[in-house]
Amino acid sequence: MRIFDPHIHMTSRTTDDYERMYAAGVRAVVEPAFWLGQPRTSVASFCDYFDSLVGWERFRAEQFGIRHHATIALNPKEANDPRCRDVLDEVPRYLLKDGVVAVGEVGYDSMTPAEDEAFAAQLQMAREAELPVLVHTPHRDKLNGTRRTLDVVRESGIDPSRVLVDHLNETTVAMVRDAGAWAGFSIYPDTKMDPHRMVALLHEYGTERMIVNSAADWGRSDPLRTARTGEEMLAAGFTDHDVDRVLWRNPVAFYGTSGNLVLDPVPGFVPGEVPAPAEFEGSSVLRGARV
Amino acid sequence: MTDTWIDRARADVARDPRTLTRLFALAPRRAGRGPHDPQGDPHGVVRGTAEDDARAALVVALVRGVDGTGSDTGDATAARLRELYDRGDTGERRGVLRGLDALEAAGGVPGGSPLARTGVELAHDAHRANDPSLVAAAVGRFGGRHLDQHTWRHTVLKLVFLGVPLDAVAGLTDRLDDETVRMASDFAAERRAAGRPVPDDVDRILHPLDPGRPAPTAPTPSTAE
Repeated sequence: MRIFDPHIHMTSRTTDDYERMYAAGVRAVVEPAFWLGQPRTSVASFCDYFDSLVGWERFRAEQFGIRHHATIALNPKEANDPRCRDVLDEVPRYLLKDGVVAVGEVGYDSMTPAEDEAFAAQLQMAREAELPVLVHTPHRDKLNGTRRTLDVVRESGIDPSRVLVDHLNETTVAMVRDAGAWAGFSIYPDTKMDPHRMVALLHEYGTERMIVNSAADWGRSDPLRTARTGEEMLAAGFTDHDVDRVLWRNPVAFYGTSGNLVLDPVPGFVPGEVPAPAEFEGSSVLRGARV
Repeated sequence: MTDTWIDRARADVARDPRTLTRLFALAPRRAGRGPHDPQGDPHGVVRGTAEDDARAALVVALVRGVDGTGSDTGDATAARLRELYDRGDTGERRGVLRGLDALEAAGGVPGGSPLARTGVELAHDAHRANDPSLVAAAVGRFGGRHLDQHTWRHTVLKLVFLGVPLDAVAGLTDRLDDETVRMASDFAAERRAAGRPVPDDVDRILHPLDPGRPAPTAPTPSTAE
């Protein structure tokens, strides 16, 4: 089973997680920029965070054989803090970076005017950068928030096939699919969505434009929920081809429109071996040749 | 005939330096990526990567023009490369440093010029990084010529710590001194005391003319200061 986790906050995870993910079949991830649990108080701390998403975290992932990509945005929760809003001036330069595959997470948290403004502005940035968009849907008042999200997407003029609306459930999936957008599901240990309910939705709606992620972060979450969902699909009679579509081909198709995915194996990575920046044998050969 | 992406990009940078930011970001996507030696040097730390070469070529075009005859190492160029580095991801930062290396290979950066001063500051930053490819880029041709001895020694030792072959260090034997030998010797003793292997490359510091000899088992008396 090959797995592309299209939404996971690896900055908050351990190297044990990276090893378990590789063993379970995860070969590529997308890490969306989001809230860190503790509010930021300045634009500079956002920039440091974005830098780590396109720098250190990518390096860390590759040490474990996993290709790491990022999405960049001012998240809706912090869009409400006037100290953070100027990060919108910094976002476009990050959208150019290697491995940045979408604008996100954007969308709504409390549905305030400040969130409206940040959301609309970043949808325009996505159009200019020719990137797809990852949209977060709110925890509270989700149905209404999802409806309003789809209205804003429609008004922006952006092609809905380049929009992934995430954290959906039984009550919000139909409207997102009807709007022509991609439907994302975050599989959690006990909230949002679980593997069993996910399989039921796949039976009802099919596998087209359906995307599954672990959304694992600093909260109670599990980076292997994608694999568990694949297993549950097989147990329920879906084929390997179906599982591959949901766990690999769909997210690759969505984020691939960025032209910025790298999916070939990490050079030099050997499963189970301690990662090394370069092999000593290479050096020895050179040294031997010189002496 | 200027028809490849990198040829056009070099011409753009030489004509309008403001284009550099965008072209630097796009280089791996347009000019190709990946290590030159995927087997022996999978991260391109020692022998470089395709994207490093493309970005270095853009830096050379900025400083020396598209025909390689100019040499603009003044404040404006230095500020532009500093911004490119400060706002760059790991690959872009490495690209700036490899660009400085390429300039050394193409006639050199005058010592004391604004560009050389900025380059040294960027090499200091790279030395503090955790990513081996950045640390290694601090002691390429540019660092080998311009970096102060204290930082150079610490960078070399850090590469040994990180397991990076010392082939990454430009002019290693030329700059080795007693203090570097003392540091490497202490490091080897510390490793042996812990029952951990001593990286082969320590020998290249301890016995640069005879790297086959084993490292000593105890610290040698300090010969410096």
